[in-house]
Amino acid sequence: MSAVAAHFSYWVTLFLMIAGLYILIARGNLMKKLIGLGVFQTSVYLLYIAPGKLVGGTAPIVAAGFTTYSNPLPHVLILTAIVVGVATLALGLAITVRIREAYGTIEEDEILERDRTGER
Amino acid sequence: MAVTVLAMVLQRNLFSVVVLFSIYSFLMATVLVALDAVDVAMTEAAVGAGVSTVLLLGALHLTGGTEAKRLERPLVPLALAVAVGAVLAYGSLGLPSFSDPLAPIHTHVAPRYLGASVEETGVPNVVSAVLASYRGYDTLGETIVVFTAGAGVIALLRRRRKGR
Amino acid sequence: MKDDIILRVVAKLLTPFMLLFALYVQFHADFGPGGGFQAGVIAAAAVVFYALVFGLRAGLRLVPEAVAERMLAAGALLYAGVGLAGIALGGNYLDYFVLDADAVHGQHRGIFWVEVGVLFTVSGVMLKLFYMFAGRGGTRDERGGE
Repeated sequence: MSAVAAHFSYWVTLFLMIAGLYILIARGNLMKKLIGLGVFQTSVYLLYIAPGKLVGGTAPIVAAGFTTYSNPLPHVLILTAIVVGVATLALGLAITVRIREAYGTIEEDEILERDRTGER
Repeated sequence: MAVTVLAMVLQRNLFSVVVLFSIYSFLMATVLVALDAVDVAMTEAAVGAGVSTVLLLGALHLTGGTEAKRLERPLVPLALAVAVGAVLAYGSLGLPSFSDPLAPIHTHVAPRYLGASVEETGVPNVVSAVLASYRGYDTLGETIVVFTAGAGVIALLRRRRKGR
Repeated sequence: MKDDIILRVVAKLLTPFMLLFALYVQFHADFGPGGGFQAGVIAAAAVVFYALVFGLRAGLRLVPEAVAERMLAAGALLYAGVGLAGIALGGNYLDYFVLDADAVHGQHRGIFWVEVGVLFTVSGVMLKLFYMFAGRGGTRDERGGE
């Protein structure tokens, strides 16, 4: 297998990761930041799951007639990661809602500006 | 999927970003099925596309910000992100090839789980067996995390009996 | 959305099936994809769907907020309780082998109860989250005098 085909899955992961990172750093809007975090997180799912796949294998449910299975361990880890991810997302959203109530905006620079001038 | 992500990066209307995120989650679930991770795909479809979309929309309604601001200096973060990506891409060349049966990930714990879990637990779905039995502590801690996050949201958003 | 007859009929028809599917996913997890996490999310999604179509009040009638809160705590306690049961029967914490005379059956039983605990916590949390966000929005609309 050529080097490109062999590492393609990593590069897809990397692309998603960079896109998430970019949204996270570049955008001042807190909602947008949380979504960027979500994209970054899904790229990590891919990072874990993709190496566990074996071509010609099947899902890790033991049955007669199959001998190769994809690796179950990353599946377990990511399964919990997804649910924890949505829980933390909800927590972040809740904090965003409170910030909006306290400051009247969810733009980072405006919040900082208000903090600096001491205006509530 | 790449197109959806790019659209998400560029789009400033938060409502469409949320919808795009939902589409993206479904695509991710499809990819996960292709990678034989059916349990994970099922969770991603239900959680990513279902529940988080509802939560995001709810929060969007509360915060009311439909339009994000235009970027002032987009080049600095972009350069930083691309630089990080380049370093990681260089590092990825050292990783095992896709679907290499001799990669370390396939030679250590996994064969033990795949080989012994049916005899030891009587559960053919190895993911369930590992999740609830071999790694019971992990899952316990994870359940506690979900519980704590729920409690945190309740503490943050609980409506007071009286007004402020 | 409350006035759309198609939505109302479809929602009414689908909600029980979604809950049933959640149960299937929960108890069929030994043989197919599924488990407490997925089932919890699907069950919560069914109720959320119902509440979206018929309004928050109807959803709260279906699953009151107090029930969701109790589920959240009960699930975590159930999980920890399975671990304690292992100690009580002479094993280590979260040791399933001692839960039944036969080790494999004990494993089965342990996995089953642990998954039920996960189901309760996850669906409780998801529902509660939805109620919290939706509830806030409701009061804002009322205050705004829609």
